[in-house]
Amino acid sequence: MKFISDFGRYILMLKDMFSRPENFKMYWKEFMHQCSDIGIGSLGIVAIISIFMGAVSAVQTAYQLVSPLIPKSTIAQIVRDTVILEFAPTLVCIVLAGVVGSKIASELGNMRVSEQIDALEIMGINTKAYLVGPKILASLVVIPMLVVIAAVLGIYGGRLAGTAANILSSTTYDKGLLEGFLPYNAVFAMVKAYTFAFIISSVSSFFGYYVKGGSLEIGRSSTKAVVVSCILILFADYILSAMLL
Amino acid sequence: MIELKHISKGFDGVQVIKDVSSVMKPGQCNLIIGSSGSGKTVLMKCRVGLFTPDAGEVLYDGHDFVKMDAEEKKEIRTQIGMLFQGSALFDSLTVEQNVMFPLEMFTKWNYKKKLDRVNEVLERVELKGTNKKFPAEVSGGMKKRVGIARAVVLNPKYLFCDEPNSGLDPLTSMIIDKLIMEITKEYNITTVVNTHDMNSVMEMGDSILYMHKGEKEWEGNNKQIIFSKNEKLNDFIFASEFLKDAKDMRMLEETGKIPNDRDMSELTHKSASPLIEPNENNESA
Repeated sequence: MKFISDFGRYILMLKDMFSRPENFKMYWKEFMHQCSDIGIGSLGIVAIISIFMGAVSAVQTAYQLVSPLIPKSTIAQIVRDTVILEFAPTLVCIVLAGVVGSKIASELGNMRVSEQIDALEIMGINTKAYLVGPKILASLVVIPMLVVIAAVLGIYGGRLAGTAANILSSTTYDKGLLEGFLPYNAVFAMVKAYTFAFIISSVSSFFGYYVKGGSLEIGRSSTKAVVVSCILILFADYILSAMLL
Repeated sequence: MIELKHISKGFDGVQVIKDVSSVMKPGQCNLIIGSSGSGKTVLMKCRVGLFTPDAGEVLYDGHDFVKMDAEEKKEIRTQIGMLFQGSALFDSLTVEQNVMFPLEMFTKWNYKKKLDRVNEVLERVELKGTNKKFPAEVSGGMKKRVGIARAVVLNPKYLFCDEPNSGLDPLTSMIIDKLIMEITKEYNITTVVNTHDMNSVMEMGDSILYMHKGEKEWEGNNKQIIFSKNEKLNDFIFASEFLKDAKDMRMLEETGKIPNDRDMSELTHKSASPLIEPNENNESA
């Protein structure tokens, strides 16, 4: 029963986001602020994770490809496809659910508990549109960009690890990257990135916006936002893979 | 003018506000008093539209706020200023940005004009020179004053203050009370103040509504309150022996009888006993 009522409130929150801005300039300012917060704020962790993700992927693939019949360039193909299809969108978004999701939930939760949201409401501002809207839009713009950066860095990380460990030469790796590339994989990765970006931002906003109680509840709602986002990301990952591949 | 007509509000089957009616007039401080949990804040939130009452009407100059559509409500809300119990300042913005926020959102003024107005109201609340400080860097009393500055920056018709003195020392409380009174008279605002600070009640109470367990228990002003025979009100307002003595003093003043030296010493040394026996003259109002 609670799930149904929560789902209803979630849908209503999304619906109420669509209203005429009181002042477009202020909404734009908030959108840019969120883009910077979500994008620049997460760039470091995304870069580190992506490079190591690609590196580990290259080393472990080489470890399993022991047959002399399989060319070394296959390692690059496998790294490329795993990074583009799964690691960059899914793994990075799960990390972002923790980094961005908890930030959104705790920021909104703190605003709710300290009556800042009430203050905005009383001024006549649609808080769902002003606070939640820019966060979701910014996530939809910035998270796919982070996923692209993660894919590039992941593939580069595989190249670094492959050459450093003398598994394959950089020329062989680059040759492998160009072999049998399907542009559809990149499109599929972007579909996943947009879906996950929406899940992370909207679910975290929901848990933050409707916090009741004090600081303890802010922590709980942040945790809940991250857990629910991760589960939904994995669920959506499976559904999208089953539907689109 | 704000008028409440038969307001009721409950949560999860518990009735928090029961059939409350009242009129709040412009140019005066309308106080809502009552112990914690008596429904003051819920009533205020019903009044400003943060809660929708289960029954009753909230009339702003005769127009029912509850029945208004979103645009009409927005229009009314731009005429409302509110000071929250915890000030509700935006943590990430400076004092100047906090006060400027309503101007940025609702006016098309240039930056110079907005800054002039911000400085004007900051000066009015005696916070000149604090523009670049963040809320975390100012004291509780200053936060309240920034809250007042933000509430009045758009020249509102209605000002709501939820426990403006909570957590403040008596001197700062008096400064905040004085400020609210002055602003109310100066701009002819309809001011509604939730409080359980007795000093505020005596100083500001042009109109007082006492709430007890969600019901309107008593209504009057700061002159009438000390003569009230309402037991629940007296238990609430004159809870300590000191306040009971203060009440006796005030009654003597009001009835024209100034206590002599003996009475004064009795008042100081035997504060547990009433200064004078109640009689028909001083309990008549």
